[in-house]
Amino acid sequence: MSKMCEKEIDSIIEKYRGQPGSLIHALVEIQHENHWLPREVMHKVAEALEVPFARVMQIASFYKTFSLTPKGRHEVHVCTGMTCHLRGAARLQSKVEELTGLKDGETDAESRFTFATGACLGSCSIGPELIVDGKHYGRMTPEKVEDVLKRYE
Amino acid sequence: MPRLQTAADLEKLRTEILAARDPAKSCIAVCAGAACDGMDSAAVAAAFVAEAGKLGDKIEVRPTGCHGYCEKGPNVVVTPGDICYFEVQPTDVPEIIAATLQGEVVERLVYKDPNTGAKAVHMHEVPFYKHQMRLLIGDNPKIDPMRIDDYLAVGGYAALVKALTEMTPEQVLDEVKKANLRGRGGGGFPAGSKWETTRNAPEKTKYVIVNGHEGESAAFMDRAMLTGNPHKVLEGLIIGAYAIGAQKGFMYTRHDMPLLEKHVRQALAQAKEYGLLGKNILGSGFDFECELHFDVGIFVSGESSALMRSIEGNPPEPRPKYIRTSVSGIWDKPSNLNNVETWANVPQIITRGAEWFTSIGSEKSKGTKLISLSGNVVNSGVVEVPMGTPLRTLVFDIGGGVRDGKTLKAIHFGGAMGGSIPADLIDAPLDFDGMSKLGAPIGAGGLLLMDEDTDMVEVARYLMDFLTQESCGKCVPCREGMQQMLHILTRLTEGEGKAGDLERLEDLVEVTGAASLCALGKTSGDPLKSMFRYFKPEYEARISDQAAGGSAAK
Repeated sequence: MSKMCEKEIDSIIEKYRGQPGSLIHALVEIQHENHWLPREVMHKVAEALEVPFARVMQIASFYKTFSLTPKGRHEVHVCTGMTCHLRGAARLQSKVEELTGLKDGETDAESRFTFATGACLGSCSIGPELIVDGKHYGRMTPEKVEDVLKRYE
Repeated sequence: MPRLQTAADLEKLRTEILAARDPAKSCIAVCAGAACDGMDSAAVAAAFVAEAGKLGDKIEVRPTGCHGYCEKGPNVVVTPGDICYFEVQPTDVPEIIAATLQGEVVERLVYKDPNTGAKAVHMHEVPFYKHQMRLLIGDNPKIDPMRIDDYLAVGGYAALVKALTEMTPEQVLDEVKKANLRGRGGGGFPAGSKWETTRNAPEKTKYVIVNGHEGESAAFMDRAMLTGNPHKVLEGLIIGAYAIGAQKGFMYTRHDMPLLEKHVRQALAQAKEYGLLGKNILGSGFDFECELHFDVGIFVSGESSALMRSIEGNPPEPRPKYIRTSVSGIWDKPSNLNNVETWANVPQIITRGAEWFTSIGSEKSKGTKLISLSGNVVNSGVVEVPMGTPLRTLVFDIGGGVRDGKTLKAIHFGGAMGGSIPADLIDAPLDFDGMSKLGAPIGAGGLLLMDEDTDMVEVARYLMDFLTQESCGKCVPCREGMQQMLHILTRLTEGEGKAGDLERLEDLVEVTGAASLCALGKTSGDPLKSMFRYFKPEYEARISDQAAGGSAAK
């Protein structure tokens, strides 16, 4: 966690101080900012929002959006929604797994990539899709994947 | 912008907005819907802004929400004339600008029929659009979702004015009841009756909610509506709140769509600034505010009681509905929840009346329906047709049939908890009750085409796999029942089917359906039910093949 992020996180927590009902809001904002939820940050949230730490953990471990471990520099997603599935997402997923050596949900030792499947972002018309750091690569084929991933170091 | 104090203020503002606009001035609408955005339509829009900027004020460039024809994005529509350009790249921009200035058309970028080669220039001639009735989504190309003035220019908030100044809450409720507006989120429950329950609930504090969660896989029409025209949904919500007597509303939507979040935030802020939210709206004495909430990436949080738990800041676990959420919802207060599309229908019902609305659609399903058309279809996209339209129209006239020249095997409706029907039922009309009877309820409106190569056992396994990951785990029948079904289905697809597997599956479908707490578990076996009804031989083949030592797995 950089100093910059720490400041941002503190200001998010301050915004919701004393508002237990805003727990999810606070955690989502921190997740967006920092890409994962370190334990000490969750302690801070618990204290400021006046909710038990166990509840913070309950929420943070329940929703898929939250990550309790650091993520790689780049987040690689393959959409496995129905249309992408019908249009060949499984082959795309195997190729990404082969190239990165990662299974769904894993991060590599050099923290380059975190790989995750997910559904569905609603851009079904351009499926199957590879999404890297929020950028969509539509109508993706296993052959084209390597070229795309090379752009991310 | 000073707050509008009265209805007259709003109409005056609308007149001013329209007077300042020249209908003859060319406007280039660039789609930024989910698919076009994914094809980098932002770069196309930026190129248009740069190129048009060189000409001073001659051409307006408007970033908009989804136009509908997602397959052929990035989409560009030039007005006047609604000239449609498809698959536009930034390099095409100078040519389009030059042609627009000359009043000409760039022939190479217009629609060309893949079979006959016939061209279609204007929107009403393009086959994908020609067979639709775009009452809800049709304004999208005319609106920059970041500008409330664009919505006012197409007659926005006129329904709210009418409701607040000419109608009592009871009259608004009556009109919606008479229109027989049925919930577009999946159930098809009459919205008017639901509103009435909340209205009549004894508590004073009441809430209204927009369910914009849209977690169903391959459903993307609600986000097209909410991202492309957020004020239409908000206007419906405010009118509903007035009829119900709610003081506060919640918009609950996806956290993972940056444009959606941006547009809804802006819409709420502008509505507040203009005095369409807040105290004493347009001098009517009616107070209403609206908060924005986000899902956190789990499908079950779209279930109404789970969604309400989530708004309270709790984990989204559904609760048994002995008492409906319309009586006891958020913080145990009466809470009326409707889907994005249901709310979007409200303004036109108020403006044009229930009689007009009921003249559209089938006997028991009125109005139009937004459909996300995808899967193995030639033309995928967001489609809007009158209820009662035959599926054939959707699949062939609008959808252009099956991709790669293959034959249609099945039509799947309603996502992971929907059902599949065989191709020979293609003349069935799009109708809540009719489709339910066939075993493929419309659900939220995701329509998938499956071609001849589709392995129906694998489809069921895939859907069950999705649902097991999305179950909240609170009740045992859902959590464990689905696991067992997935286990058997996985075995079948891997060539390990055993005698008795199908009977066991049927048992599990029944028990999970009867004993689960919420709709996710209750309907988790619905795809399988439809499979057993129409595609059972495919399942039986897996057993007999494997019993004989062969493998049917592809």
